[in-house]
Amino acid sequence: MNPTREITLRVNGNTVRAVCETRITLLDFLRDQAGLTGTHAGCEHGVCGACTVQLDGESVRSCLLFAAQVSTGEITTVEGLAPAGSLTDLQRAFRRHHALQCGFCTPGMLMTADALLRESPNPDEAAVRAALSGNLCRCTGYQPIIEAVLDCAESRAEATLRADQRHAPTTSGGAA
Amino acid sequence: MKPAPLDILAPTSVAHALSLLVEHGDQARLIAGGQSLMPILAMRLAAPAILIDLNGIGALRGIHAQADGSVIIGALSRHRDLERSDLVAERLPLIAAAMPWVAHVQIRNRGTIGGSLAHADPAAELPALCLALGATLELHSPRGARHVAAADFFQGVFATERADDEMITAVHLPAASPGQRWAFIELARRHGDFALCGIALTADCSPIGQVLGARIVVFGVSDCAQRLPQLEAAIVGTTPTPTSIDQAMPALDQVEARSDHHASSEYRLELLATLARRALRQAFGFDERIAP
Ligand SMILES: Cc1cc2nc3c(=O)[nH]c(=O)nc-3n(C[C@H](O)[C@H](O)[C@H](O)COP(=O)(O)OP(=O)(O)OC[C@H]3O[C@@H](n4cnc5c(N)ncnc54)[C@H](O)[C@@H]3O)c2cc1C
Ligand code: FES
Ligand code: FES
Repeated sequence: MNPTREITLRVNGNTVRAVCETRITLLDFLRDQAGLTGTHAGCEHGVCGACTVQLDGESVRSCLLFAAQVSTGEITTVEGLAPAGSLTDLQRAFRRHHALQCGFCTPGMLMTADALLRESPNPDEAAVRAALSGNLCRCTGYQPIIEAVLDCAESRAEATLRADQRHAPTTSGGAA
Repeated sequence: MKPAPLDILAPTSVAHALSLLVEHGDQARLIAGGQSLMPILAMRLAAPAILIDLNGIGALRGIHAQADGSVIIGALSRHRDLERSDLVAERLPLIAAAMPWVAHVQIRNRGTIGGSLAHADPAAELPALCLALGATLELHSPRGARHVAAADFFQGVFATERADDEMITAVHLPAASPGQRWAFIELARRHGDFALCGIALTADCSPIGQVLGARIVVFGVSDCAQRLPQLEAAIVGTTPTPTSIDQAMPALDQVEARSDHHASSEYRLELLATLARRALRQAFGFDERIAP
């Protein structure tokens, strides 16, 4: 009467296996079966973005997918961004800019912004605003979040520039 | 906000999906991106016992150039596939310009063209684009295949010409005439939300710029996307100037605009007049196009 199945997912590089109802969303699987409660359940019908995770590197709403549909993909949640106890540069930028207050929206913001910066490393403000338009925040007023994402992009660009300069062949140098 | 108990079947071919659809009849629904259906299931507006998941049918996803300049888009192609496609940018610039306005990036990463057309939301962009581009939908059922013009497909709010045992497999988009003009413009309260009103248009022109034919489509204001034949007639035969565009505006068709909690019908009609004028000005090069 109530269909169940064994579902095996790849989450943050680990394999998670559980027997559960087929109707379980990816969101509920992550929270209740995998114990990864960093992914937040907000509206559960696609409008708030709190549940955003990455599927094969692309941001998706985990409340709008069934767990049973994604057994072939690699899922990344906010717990998978940095090793336990450390933060990524994007997360540190969020902290520097006070881009969170209650933190409810933050995992979704991070997973969306992380995917954005991978795809377009130098977004302008309009692009950041458009990318985050599907993530609601009831606390910060958005401006610090946008500044954090832009700051992270700039820091990465500067770091790349410095690395390039360090490795640039000098006129007297030999083969690279 | 949890879907009712259900089972998910995952066919890997169109033929298998169609046989499952016949076998399970009323009990079953197709699911593609799930970006419209999942909210419906979560709110228990529908409670099918079985979902037939199309995501395993690789043959349904892809954007294919045809030798005659037309393009065939498989039903399972995601909104993001269209947004990122060089072929779409080159041959279907109207679609390329419109895709960033469709929902939010997380939804575009999953949502599909077939799902959007089958769902037929009155404010969805893709039905309007298909009307403006003269697209044809390819439908398959165990009874065979048929092609339905977009103009005949959309019939009302969430209502289409699709029979219960049919699925959309592809969308055929004819080659644009040389120098075809186009414009896309919409207004939503927040980027990515459904449009309160939008315009998609194409116009075929002679080498000296006289309009030979036009498809001007409005969406978001009434039961489904629709052409504006009176406005089209006022533009065809002219060589548009800012003045002639202004002069054509009184021909704006009497459309029935709906009132809802997003906007009143009066407001939507105001938007229609403003956006139609701006779209024509953009199409004929008198205004800059607006980035999303
Ligand atoms: C917050 C939010 C905002 C959105 N904003 C917009 C917007 O601004 N503009 C817009 O256009 N859309 C918007 N959408 C909807 C989105 O574009 C959906 O992706 C689209 O409407 C449906 O596509 P899908 O592949 O997800 O279909 P699904 O949700 O999987 O299916 C939708 C319907 O189509 C049927 N179906 C699916 N595929 C086929 C097929 N091949 N043949 C026959 N029937 C089929 C299903 O049975 C179902 O009835 C929004 C969605 C959300 C959650
Ligand atoms: S919980 Fe998924 S979008 Fe709100
Ligand atoms: S920090 Fe509270 S919702 Fe964004």
